[in-house]
Amino acid sequence: MIAHNVDVSVIGAGPAGLAAAVSARKNGAKKVLLLDRNSWLGGILPQCIHDGFGIEETGTSMTGPEYANMYIKEAEKLGVVFMQETMVLSLNKNLEITAINKKGLHKIKTKSIILAMGCREKTRWNVLTPGDRPSGIYTAGVAQAFINLYNIIPGKNVVILGSGDVGLIMARRLKFEDANVLGVVEILPFASGLPRNVVQCLDDYDIPLFLNHTVTYVEGRDRLESITIAQVDKKMNPIPGTKRKIKCDTLLLSLGLIPENELSKQIGIKIDPITGGPIIDQFFQTSIPGIFACGNCLQVYDTVDVLVKGANLAGKNASLKPLKKEKELVIKPGKNIRYIVPQNVNQSGLIHFTMRAIKPNQSVNLRVNADGKEILKKKQRWVNPSNMIEVDLEITDKIFKSNSYLEVFLDK
Amino acid sequence: MINKKEITCIVCPIGCKILIKTNGKKFELLKGNKCKQGVEYAHSEALDPRRVLTSSVLVEGGIWPLVSVKTKKPIPKEKVFDVLKQIQRIKVNAPVKIGQVIAKNISNTNIDLIATKTIDKF
Repeated sequence: MIAHNVDVSVIGAGPAGLAAAVSARKNGAKKVLLLDRNSWLGGILPQCIHDGFGIEETGTSMTGPEYANMYIKEAEKLGVVFMQETMVLSLNKNLEITAINKKGLHKIKTKSIILAMGCREKTRWNVLTPGDRPSGIYTAGVAQAFINLYNIIPGKNVVILGSGDVGLIMARRLKFEDANVLGVVEILPFASGLPRNVVQCLDDYDIPLFLNHTVTYVEGRDRLESITIAQVDKKMNPIPGTKRKIKCDTLLLSLGLIPENELSKQIGIKIDPITGGPIIDQFFQTSIPGIFACGNCLQVYDTVDVLVKGANLAGKNASLKPLKKEKELVIKPGKNIRYIVPQNVNQSGLIHFTMRAIKPNQSVNLRVNADGKEILKKKQRWVNPSNMIEVDLEITDKIFKSNSYLEVFLDK
Repeated sequence: MINKKEITCIVCPIGCKILIKTNGKKFELLKGNKCKQGVEYAHSEALDPRRVLTSSVLVEGGIWPLVSVKTKKPIPKEKVFDVLKQIQRIKVNAPVKIGQVIAKNISNTNIDLIATKTIDKF
């Protein structure tokens, strides 16, 4: 066993892990170790060759590889130690990491751990699409890796199920590679990706978006031959008589992302059933002291810009001396709020919250109640589940001490 | 003819719906933008729509078979498929450095195509 002793260990070298490692170094952590199972740094970014990264953060629009390069260069400059092609096998509550690579088995003793494992794509089996099991059905991100990294075009006649951002971006990408993109099928009455991607990926190239539709059947012996789509009612059940068969050889799935938390669950970190990520406090600390979480393993973010803001805080707090918890103030999602992060607050102060609405709405108020008394009312011109809501809330000493929970909700 | 048009801004993730009035030559902002960049985008979208084009080109002898590329500035929307055709014909030798010019003045757009990634030699 190869022994290591470091200050901060970061698991996953995607955008969150890179930003957290950089931030930990900038905030005084001497030895920062960044572990990743791939041979490259940047996680998913090298395959996200489209632009739009870093606009809010830097004011300029970068492609994924350029954005990754910016952080990799900075991490190198600051002396972050990379351990690539290394698989983390387990963690324990004494803050020890067991990892394996070609050199052997590693035992890493660390003062704090930052979880930045990212997320996984939902597959056909998450939505249970009936039919045959032919080849030609891929998740959008896998197709993206095929095209942008390995120079493999997955098919000629393509339908995309789900209007998540990766799906929209792949619709355009396949169009650019001369494929026939027959349409994007979305079960909800609105696109789940960002408005800018609906415009510049679908509208620009006249790719149809079938809202309130889903795929009801998949056919093909060896290769996919056709799919059947149907309109759905308000309860998302297919409406009889609206079925339509579309001949195609490829179906891409853009059904949403699931935070990757095998390691977190293994040691009993408390998981929020809605976000799928660890429950954290305002310092991004999980239910196990010394273990922090950020990036898409914490919650699936809309953009890397907002994700990195959180990762910076996780990196900073992981490099500071641990805080004594006075008490836990629980932040509860109320009416029309799906979830809110952080879920707990254990000190008074100005705290940045991120949350999502359940359904789109216009001119609503975001309200925070403490024991029935309103402590914040903020007008929102519009809300949309695909746009994360960010809000700063001043939690005074008095509010902190005299309440056990706060409720956050949207109201007219 | 003067048309009222709603333009969804693509500058940032918010996607403001900007209402404008245009006759193809003149432009008037009506409402809906949250920032100044939105005005610029709506102006350009109404009179001279442009996009940054991203794709990839073949690499010979690199650790990856492709290098990702982009047009250094937005190109006219109607030139997108011309530029893509050009891109499909290009092959470069490793190593390629991020920011390196892959094709000068691609498809007579007066805009260069540059690498967005470094590809080391195999």
